[in-house]
Amino acid sequence: MDLSYTPDEQAFRAEVRSWLETHVPKTPLASFDTEAGFEQHREWEKTLASGNWGMVTWPEAYGGRGCNLIEWLIFEEEYYRAGAPGRVNQNGIFLLGPTLMEYGTPEQKARYLTKMASGEEIWAQGWSEPGAGSDMAAIRSTARREGDEYVINGQKIWSTRAVYADWVFCIFRTDPDSERHKGLSFIFVPLDAPGVTVRPIRQLDGLPGFAEIFFDDVRVPADNLLGDEGQGWRIAMATAGFERGLMLRSPARYKNTAKRLLELYRSRDNDILDLSIEDAVVRCYLDAEAYALSTYQTASRLVAGGSIGAEASCNKIFWSELDVLMHETALRLLGPQAELIDADQPPEAQGWQDGFLFSLAGPIYAGSNEIQRNIIAERMLGMPRA
Amino acid sequence: MDFSFSEEQLEFHNAVASMLRNEVTPERIRARWDTESGADAEVEKQIAEMGIPIMLVPEEQGGLGLTAVDIVLIAEAAGQVALPESIINDALVCAPLLAELALDNERCAQLLPQLLAGKIRLGVGHLINPYINFGADRDWFILPQGDEVHLVARDEVMLTPVGSVDPSRRLVRVDWTASEKSCVASGNYGAKLWRAALNRGALGAAAQLAGLAQGMIERAVNYSMDREQFGKAIGSFQAVKHLMADCATRLEFARPPLYRSAYTVSVAAERADYAISHAKVATGEAALLAARNAMQVHGAMGYTWECDLQIWMKHAWALDKAWGDAGFHKNRVHQWLLREGALTGPEYSFGRQDEELSYA
Repeated sequence: MDLSYTPDEQAFRAEVRSWLETHVPKTPLASFDTEAGFEQHREWEKTLASGNWGMVTWPEAYGGRGCNLIEWLIFEEEYYRAGAPGRVNQNGIFLLGPTLMEYGTPEQKARYLTKMASGEEIWAQGWSEPGAGSDMAAIRSTARREGDEYVINGQKIWSTRAVYADWVFCIFRTDPDSERHKGLSFIFVPLDAPGVTVRPIRQLDGLPGFAEIFFDDVRVPADNLLGDEGQGWRIAMATAGFERGLMLRSPARYKNTAKRLLELYRSRDNDILDLSIEDAVVRCYLDAEAYALSTYQTASRLVAGGSIGAEASCNKIFWSELDVLMHETALRLLGPQAELIDADQPPEAQGWQDGFLFSLAGPIYAGSNEIQRNIIAERMLGMPRA
Repeated sequence: MDFSFSEEQLEFHNAVASMLRNEVTPERIRARWDTESGADAEVEKQIAEMGIPIMLVPEEQGGLGLTAVDIVLIAEAAGQVALPESIINDALVCAPLLAELALDNERCAQLLPQLLAGKIRLGVGHLINPYINFGADRDWFILPQGDEVHLVARDEVMLTPVGSVDPSRRLVRVDWTASEKSCVASGNYGAKLWRAALNRGALGAAAQLAGLAQGMIERAVNYSMDREQFGKAIGSFQAVKHLMADCATRLEFARPPLYRSAYTVSVAAERADYAISHAKVATGEAALLAARNAMQVHGAMGYTWECDLQIWMKHAWALDKAWGDAGFHKNRVHQWLLREGALTGPEYSFGRQDEELSYA
């Protein structure tokens, strides 16, 4: 155990810091759930890619730097320290990217990963259906093989970023006689293909952060299949592993929120009446730090050749509940001022109300926390299935 | 950056954990409850043979010269079987404190070889702990008078047993009178020694709390698979699963702070307050939640004297309050977070790297 950074790691941190100081936009971008903001964020992805910072853990051949996970954590720490924009392509780079790396053909990797890292193609995720949420194996949308094409029919819902994205990665039923986890396949669909209709859904903050997608005899090349036909469930579970595991929510994000919370607490120290506020602030900070430490521990294990197990489901519960608690605590600190929209807040109070709304989605998306608790109980603790 | 244990550390942990599983069973713990000493001589002998009590004493003074990182998994394993004996405390607090004092105090220097040889037993009092566990079987005591450190013999103190909710503990109150002759350290040096003792004591308690939490989760999970209601194992019900998943999650995020604190104690003991307090708060919460939920999973059986779960629960309740309770440690964290120049950004989980000591 050596919890100090090597000279190489420190040099890497310095390089990241210096690049970000020069390139991070001085004024915040508009929300990527607006049309203008989406394009601003796409431009930012292109800027990142111009310095080969799009996805540092990827091989150089796909626009990455071949970094290990410790270096990725350092990059993320510097990224949040610098206040750099949110990653509009997170479905692509954090979820589909690693999945493609594992299951894609060389042609698919070359075709999709490079444009993903460069920000040219932004991805949405299309798994949930009106009748298939937590019970994802109830998927009914179909992809029928016809010659060199798949013909797709059905509906997806809660597709994050789908309103302005270029592509969606989906799971469809390719075997019409199959049931549950069998007969599903993982297929890419361009969102401008004939027969695709995207209907925006306004989220709690009023912006169209996700959408319904309707497929009406949509034709895509058979090459858009990832892995083998019928392998969709297994591939999706691998993707979900990335989602719940390390990459989707880097600890730096929560350490940064915890730091801001502490600053808010310090700035309002004298007029707080809530007797339990110190306890909440301390807990938020310690839990954010615990998540960071845990991720370093997991990263060390993976760097040494280990693997992620069912304990990854603990991550998702922990960071999502922590995020809610941090924002609830901030709103308690703001008191009656908390309800104001950002435009009417002083600078130090901005972001908390929006962040609070978004934090409420955390315990629901990426597999609800109830599903995660089932996974922990069954796969980590060995308790019997219902 | 490498946040993992070495092969040697893991192998030693496996050897000790396996021995403890065989020798420290609920039956043998209950057998101790009816004895005055509360000790199991055979277990103590085996632990001494593995060198655990002298792990942290420097090699040049006759110890094994190991660090807190080397012992933290051992302490966790002790908690997992709810080991009653005070070995972890002896190894983390008593032996290192006497070894440090022995460097420039003749009386302590004379005692150290006897302690290392297992010929005498040493008890350490601390202002944060009102009582000393297993104090009645000690030959010597190191006791506080303000910042002063005093070394007194058994016949110079009055010991009064006090009962604990945990039948495995053997608490005593120590009444004594400080004298110029008994003082072995004072002033800033004394304060530094007491602070280091508190941090090492809290580390030992935290590690055992993590192990106790693990032990309780395992017991409750096993019970939930045997016990049937409505025609199936109660462990198949989501309400029961989620109680256990919550415990597992709390524990999963208590261990990394625990291991970090062991590292900090090893490399920069004078800056360990924050890391130790984080570990103690996190493991205490994990253990209390595990006690609460494990008992709920056991149903009425969990409320009986017969159910072995009480061995773990009561040990956890006691250790959660030992070496600084949650209030004490949360206050230390609070002070640390509010101090001028606190390193709180996302880039500071491991302190400032450009300083001479690469850890804060």
